[in-house]
Amino acid sequence: MKTHVQTEINGEAVECLIDPSTTLLNMLRNDLLLTGTKEGCGSGDCGACSVVMDGELVCACLVLGVEASGAKIETIEGVADKDQLHVIQEKFLEHAALQCGICTPGLIVSTKALLAQNPNPTEEEARYFLAGNLCRCTGYDKIIKAVMDAASVLKEAS
Amino acid sequence: MSEARQFQHIGQRTIRPDGFDKVTGRANYGADFRLPGMIWGKILRSPHAHAKIKKLDVSKAEAHPDVLAVATHQDFPSVNSEAFAAGEAMMDVLDLARNVLADKKVLYHGHAIAAIAATSEAAAAMALNLIEVEYEVLPPVMTIDAALAEDAPLLHEDMMTQGLTEPATTPSNVASRMELKKGDVASGFAEADVIVERTYETPTVHQGYIEPHATVVRYDDKAPSLVWASTQGHFDVRASVSKLLKMKLGQVKVIASEIGGGFGGKTTVYLEPVAMILSKKSGRPVKMIMSREEVFRASGPASASRSHVKIGAKQSGEIVAMEATLHFEAGAFKGSPMGPGCMTIFTPYDVPNLFVEGYDVVVNKAKVAAYRAPGAPQAEFAAEMAMNELAAKLNIDPIDFRLLNAAKEGTQTIYGPKLKEVGLVECLEAARRSPHYQSPVGEGCGRGLAAGFWFNIGGQSSVTLNLNPDGTGTIIEGSPDIGGSRASMQMMAAEVLGIEPNRLNPIVADTETLPYNQTTGGSRTTFATGMAVIEAAEDVVEQLKQRAASLWNVTAEQVDYKNGVVLNLAGDDQMTLAQICASAEKTGGQISGRGNVNARGAGPSFAVHLCDVKVDQETGKTDVVRYTAIQDAGKAIHPSYVEGQFQGGAVQGIGWALNEEYVYNSDGIMENAGFLDYRIPLASDLPEIETIIVEVPNTFHPFGVRGVGETGIVPPLGAVASAVSDAIDRPVTKIPCSPPHVLSMILNQG
Repeated sequence: MKTHVQTEINGEAVECLIDPSTTLLNMLRNDLLLTGTKEGCGSGDCGACSVVMDGELVCACLVLGVEASGAKIETIEGVADKDQLHVIQEKFLEHAALQCGICTPGLIVSTKALLAQNPNPTEEEARYFLAGNLCRCTGYDKIIKAVMDAASVLKEAS
Repeated sequence: MSEARQFQHIGQRTIRPDGFDKVTGRANYGADFRLPGMIWGKILRSPHAHAKIKKLDVSKAEAHPDVLAVATHQDFPSVNSEAFAAGEAMMDVLDLARNVLADKKVLYHGHAIAAIAATSEAAAAMALNLIEVEYEVLPPVMTIDAALAEDAPLLHEDMMTQGLTEPATTPSNVASRMELKKGDVASGFAEADVIVERTYETPTVHQGYIEPHATVVRYDDKAPSLVWASTQGHFDVRASVSKLLKMKLGQVKVIASEIGGGFGGKTTVYLEPVAMILSKKSGRPVKMIMSREEVFRASGPASASRSHVKIGAKQSGEIVAMEATLHFEAGAFKGSPMGPGCMTIFTPYDVPNLFVEGYDVVVNKAKVAAYRAPGAPQAEFAAEMAMNELAAKLNIDPIDFRLLNAAKEGTQTIYGPKLKEVGLVECLEAARRSPHYQSPVGEGCGRGLAAGFWFNIGGQSSVTLNLNPDGTGTIIEGSPDIGGSRASMQMMAAEVLGIEPNRLNPIVADTETLPYNQTTGGSRTTFATGMAVIEAAEDVVEQLKQRAASLWNVTAEQVDYKNGVVLNLAGDDQMTLAQICASAEKTGGQISGRGNVNARGAGPSFAVHLCDVKVDQETGKTDVVRYTAIQDAGKAIHPSYVEGQFQGGAVQGIGWALNEEYVYNSDGIMENAGFLDYRIPLASDLPEIETIIVEVPNTFHPFGVRGVGETGIVPPLGAVASAVSDAIDRPVTKIPCSPPHVLSMILNQG
């Protein structure tokens, strides 16, 4: 038996029919074709599937699709404004903060969540907040530099 | 190339051309692709580390209405043992067939036995329970010692050790032995005033790419079958699939998806041939994705090793002899990187007397795959630890000790060639001058350093460069871009053409679009594919000159090309690249350049890493508090991505040195097959990773490029472990320096 789910993703109302055991991650990827959210582990250890649900940063692999009913979901696809990249995305590119790029959507979503709750993080705070997002390519150095740079640009703009 | 050359684009920090797609989620990785009518495949894996398969019955699974196909080893056309080049190593077709679907025996926990394709991923997973298997469980062979024991159970009852002076007469778990020597170590050691001799061990570790293996395959009888795969080398995926399934190369078309990390682990195949069988049998496209647990249990890993090292020096610091015996675990099938381990272990040093022997040992673990400078981190860890201990005994600064003995231009390597211009001395001097080395070691901290060497390779790459009528263009390359290489290709082509890099869009094309390209591995892409790009761009320049010359009625010798403009040396005319492209219709048709190379002269690279750690004396927990990676890049095309390679390699090495290891129980089952328990470094574990790019140009490359991807993982094992040794004042001989291990060293030898 499939379940009907109505939810809001990046400001758009969407609905789909899913098996009740389907995770939010698989619903996004397989049913709504929003494949920007990645799966690295399926057990909440790597952060590649980070999305924001009702203002809270979650691993989409640990949330059931049916739990998204009536919720507001923000994914990587909603971070840029059409062709205009978000400052965080620009800074990731400027600082070469990605190599393979598989962890990047999750890291950008997490960074946005970090700066929403703490616009002025210390480097140590940024490193601890992002500790749930694994990156195997970069050694995190350039990611942290991009995050700190994005924070300072956003602070100046506000 | 003695004078520093001025470049227009090379050395800049451009925005990568694939960047927008990667920061917005638009880029398509292995699991992001689908085809109409697609079904899902899942694999049944062995619950035992070592067992005979007494019975395998798939009839109930085949009868289930959701199941559209079942595959077992019997579905492979009979293949014979035959070595072929795939990825960074030689592979045996028969071993590969037995690895992707077991035949008669399972050789590790997680070994694939059968596969099912069904209407959904969940249905395929459920149907695996319908497969009936009876096993005769055998004792697992989990360590080098266990594998070498007189009465060791044999993984392969017909395996005779290759490479012995007297041919082996009885089978064993030792697949091969090799030996390299230079001079005479016995007389060398006789001259030594001080000798250090120890045995070092490293654990089984995983490459740890964040993207699990994934593929979509559609078999086609009339047209080329389609393989979509996350791979470092789609041409070698094609070679493997065609060997295993006896298909012509032209019958298989492989598209490389964006790749979410590989580090050597995606240079072989696991799912693709199985999905091809399932697709053929079901008549439907089949998608397969490994879970993270499957990635840990059945892909990768990198060899565990044991290295016995002996180094002798005179009181002056001159090393007179170095000797090593290396044992590398290959996993279930022969083919560890023991060879490169033997070849690299002592290469940083110019020493008259060397002897190295290596053994390739099979054990009941997943077959190892390449991991960034395969074999070198394990082997050089042992040498560098002994070097630091010897420097301390001689009371010589470890950088001075290395400088006294450093390999340089003309040094005869143990594996064959004499070194050309290399940058080890420059790296050591840069390390000594670095703010890190000049700073005092913090209270309660330890400092370590190590050098590292990796060959780098060249090989075959093919590139086409197409220009459009408006002067924009496409660089068509065949090297999967694993870390930003499209940006380097764009910059190198732009440098030759004298135009802005963003006028050229680099794409990674499928196996039908270009001739064979070797795998992205061996730090070859920016070097070898870069040479093909340069050749293609130079081909374009020649054509632009000819086209302009024909319009001006002069010879090609009477025109020059500079900064994107053709100049008539016989008059005042000039035409831009875009103008020539716009008129190409009138001068013979559109313009495209070609570069097909088999690049020789890859530049060996050296690195030196510095590490400061703080050890909690009560818990044994070790934190890296400062880290500097210094490496010779030859010429850094895109310095940010070069630094990124240094940093990424350093941090993988830090993980290897401090935390990462496969933990097996007594049944040979890995107990930490997930990122929670197999703990790779997190952002919060690390300090800034400082970098120093040394540039000693490789004279064989037009711009001086050496490979940069792999060398950076070689020094950290020794640098970190030496820092721990320094902090706890005990010699570390085994990694990882995890809290329990460090604490036991502190307590037991206090």
